[in-house]
Amino acid sequence: MEINSFKKGLKDGIPICIGYFSVSFAFGIFAVESGLTVLQATLISLLNMTSAGQLAGVPIMANGTIMELVLSQLVINSRYSLMSVSISQKFSNKVKFFDKLVISFANTDEIFAVAHSNSGSVGKKYMYGLMLLPIIGWTSGTFVGGIAGNILPTIVVSALGLAIYGMFTAIVVPVAKKEKTTALCVVWAIFLSCCFRYIPALSIVPSGFTVIICAVVSSILFAILAPIKEEKSEETENG
Amino acid sequence: MDNQKFLVYLAVMAGVTYLIRMIPMVLIKEKIKNKFVLSFLHYIPYTVLSAMTVPACFYATGNTISAAVGFVVAIIAAFFERSLLQVAILSCAGVLVTELVMNFI
Repeated sequence: MEINSFKKGLKDGIPICIGYFSVSFAFGIFAVESGLTVLQATLISLLNMTSAGQLAGVPIMANGTIMELVLSQLVINSRYSLMSVSISQKFSNKVKFFDKLVISFANTDEIFAVAHSNSGSVGKKYMYGLMLLPIIGWTSGTFVGGIAGNILPTIVVSALGLAIYGMFTAIVVPVAKKEKTTALCVVWAIFLSCCFRYIPALSIVPSGFTVIICAVVSSILFAILAPIKEEKSEETENG
Repeated sequence: MDNQKFLVYLAVMAGVTYLIRMIPMVLIKEKIKNKFVLSFLHYIPYTVLSAMTVPACFYATGNTISAAVGFVVAIIAAFFERSLLQVAILSCAGVLVTELVMNFI
């Protein structure tokens, strides 16, 4: 059965929109603190639609090279390539080349997960409906956060600084709880990340690169030591 | 930030991010079968997010102690599989309460 209702897409997008608004609100504060204008921060959110990529990208924009920016986005956002392959197999035949050019723009972790949770194939109208509100929520959240950062009490701004990391924790911990190898892999990545931060000889490596090195080294190591099983590869697609 | 430099960096960042999503969706019609590639891509989201979070999160708030409390709250909430929004809000609340208490001491 094909799901292709724009209205159902909109409805499924509401919870994602609310979550995005609050997290990108914190991103807006962070970006303005890092030296961007409110409009620049808003433009980043509108055109990128990726929390981890943006969070890593903003400091590189301020102090890094283009090469660092390209590599960091390639590594941090590489998971989207798998999601794109996976979700395109759920599309009905009526989703054409041009539609994919548009839909792929907003293939985020959450939109992917919701689209994937439908039984049967999904059509373009559903996908357009599903992506609309999250894009609005993510973009407007950054705008409001960028403005509010200057108005809110320091202590509230300070607390909101942890929002994005809270969201990352909420993605990682439940999976680490279920899969022992992922838990070990995460611990190893954190260990490497701490080495780069606290060992003086290593702390000269730009922070944009340390995330790439930690993530790629740990993922390669565990892909060799603990390759996922066939049935688990299905689970990956829901991640 | 200077607009001209910003727009170049923005174009590069948005372009790379878009191409990563667009090219596989348009080009690849078969399922990926290579076990190493699948495993690598399985681990990547979690290694990226955890390496980005620790130790950076300890410096994301007013002081390290409030950040650590907020982070522990996030881990506990996430362990009990609260939603993304709930975990994010609870961790911020942990920071806020800690800093308020510290102001009184």
